[in-house]
Amino acid sequence: MSTLQRDPGDRVQVLDEAGQVLDGATVPDLDDETFVDLYRLMRLARHFDERAVSLQRQGRMGTFPPLAGQEAAQVASALALAPEDWIFPSYREHGAILARGLSMKRTLLYWMGDEHGNQMPEDLNVFTVSVPIATQIPHATGAAWASKLRGEARAFLVYFGDGATSEGDFHEGLNFGGVFDVPCIYFCNNNQWAISVPRSHQTASRTIAQKADAYGFEGVQVDGMDPLAVYQVTHEAAEKARSPAEGERRPTLIEAVQYRFGAHTTADDPSIYRSEAEVEQWRRLDPLPRYEAFLRDTGRLDDESVEAIDSAIAAEVSEAIEAAEDAPRPHPDDIFDFVYDEPTPRVAAGKDYLRALRERHGDDALLED
Amino acid sequence: MSQSVQQTTQDLTLVQAVRDALHDEMARDEDVIVMGEDVGKNGGVFRATEGLWEAFGDDRVIDTPLAESGIVGTAIGMAAYGLKPVAEIQFLGFIYPAFDQIVSHAARLRTRSRGRFTCPLVVRAPYGGGIRAPEHHSESTEAFFAHQPGLKVVIPSTPHDAKGLLISAIRDPDPVVFLEPKKIYRAFREPVPDGAYEVPIGEAAVRREGADVSVYTWGAMTRPTMEAAEALAGDVDVEVVDLRTISPMDVDTIVASFEKTGRAAVVHEAPKTGGIGAEIVATLQEEALVYQEAPIQRIAGFDTPFPLYALEDYYLPDPARIADGIREAVDF
Repeated sequence: MSTLQRDPGDRVQVLDEAGQVLDGATVPDLDDETFVDLYRLMRLARHFDERAVSLQRQGRMGTFPPLAGQEAAQVASALALAPEDWIFPSYREHGAILARGLSMKRTLLYWMGDEHGNQMPEDLNVFTVSVPIATQIPHATGAAWASKLRGEARAFLVYFGDGATSEGDFHEGLNFGGVFDVPCIYFCNNNQWAISVPRSHQTASRTIAQKADAYGFEGVQVDGMDPLAVYQVTHEAAEKARSPAEGERRPTLIEAVQYRFGAHTTADDPSIYRSEAEVEQWRRLDPLPRYEAFLRDTGRLDDESVEAIDSAIAAEVSEAIEAAEDAPRPHPDDIFDFVYDEPTPRVAAGKDYLRALRERHGDDALLED
Repeated sequence: MSQSVQQTTQDLTLVQAVRDALHDEMARDEDVIVMGEDVGKNGGVFRATEGLWEAFGDDRVIDTPLAESGIVGTAIGMAAYGLKPVAEIQFLGFIYPAFDQIVSHAARLRTRSRGRFTCPLVVRAPYGGGIRAPEHHSESTEAFFAHQPGLKVVIPSTPHDAKGLLISAIRDPDPVVFLEPKKIYRAFREPVPDGAYEVPIGEAAVRREGADVSVYTWGAMTRPTMEAAEALAGDVDVEVVDLRTISPMDVDTIVASFEKTGRAAVVHEAPKTGGIGAEIVATLQEEALVYQEAPIQRIAGFDTPFPLYALEDYYLPDPARIADGIREAVDF
């Protein structure tokens, strides 16, 4: 039986807290290189996250939404897709888009206030980051629908949080997805907290996964801090989306149960609304040591290789930060150049006016310290 | 304008012209799809999509669940993926669940992605009062959309323009909110060319030339404004400018008319406060103050919610009210 057909309350898990494979669990059939790459990308996401928070604290970057604790859900789900599949990220999916191949420099540029950081490269099937909660869900449904109408066999995966499941666009996006049987995976990063409001105040449902039943397709709950379990269910969901068996519905709702170790954003103080004891409870499930233990136990990692990965990651992130900070500021004309295909008279007039203003006063006078 | 010399025409109503535009564009470009509530087998509650489902089938003429944000939100995803969806919202008064998707996403996708993703989407909605309808079926809230950069807002007033402007909207690489004056959906017929032609977005039309006063209007208000102008003829020589596109506004035509007349009135059925009339008046102040000879009049709906239909005739500007307003602009 496919893991997608389990009861939504029967959480899929491969590794226990100590990283041991659970009895009866299936380890995804990956080559050693992919197993290690999954680890490397999770470490990279964690390190990137730490450095990004620190950049914000030093005043070198604006508000940033950290992801620590959520690396397994993001990286393993992204790696479980094929290059021609698409992902639709929310604002916290730095790990997922990194795993898809977006440079960290671009992610940093975005959080440093430059839209060019959200200009996904043409060869990456990653949609732009969407900030308003749940609004990207109908976009993914629509794109998946368009792809199906064109006769393609691609999977689309859209990320959102537990808070998003309370929004109307969650319902409308999944409902359209079910009615038109679109190849979309609805991936809920249930990190327990929507800023300060706990999961229990978002829904009285026992699980989020069970909501899929109302839309006529499968919903599955997975340990979102277990990369092997996340990989497994996402891979199966993507296969089904691309080529469903007779009688199968293409969409799947995946509820990845996990925890946000840090704040909602660097502007948030979680100590106001949750206890350190709760955080510590969840830290026992930290995907990094857990997965590392699995890889060491199975002979895929040792001290030497971990050290090598660590130093490579540190260098890679430093390089990206340097590149982002060295990047020229975006040109003021950029404000106007992408509003319409052809600028309207008022957009064009605004551009001319700003140019004249800069000439008259100089950029230094216009830019705040 | 791609109108050929030997054009065959049919006498069509405005709603038939809308349907004609959809049909011709769907036949020309297989990426064009129509979606919305009751647009399929039923042919739309106003029959604007009549016969399309039979001609193009389920995959291109899609009856959606009853969910405006879902309609526009999925259409944005389709548009970003390369289709050219034309989404119908059954009445403008019901568009607000989709307002977030329109202003937060359709309008901003190009900017947000620095051109990597675009949104060639048309959102059609019948708007305006005067059809004896229940609550929420009569509003004219074009100003909400005109305020949002990244959108275009188009309102035809004739069958010929409805077809040509809708074709332009479908071919436009950016999102267009296309508002159809439902009061005049079937009010009159005029010859509409067969085959596809474009009426350019962003160009107003001078419907009546005059020397004394410029009256700016659009959509369903164009007809009562023309009637008022005729009623005043011989006494006041009224120029009537039909904006056709609310955003981007044809400032050149607006200003050129005012430079000639020095007096102006704006007619719209939306409430006065924050209406497009205010934008026109402000533009004239900026661009043509030295030509101004009298205060500019705004002949608008009242700053009240649109009343149920027993009182709607008092709410909507009619030829008498419009003529009074024009006189005030002239008699100063």
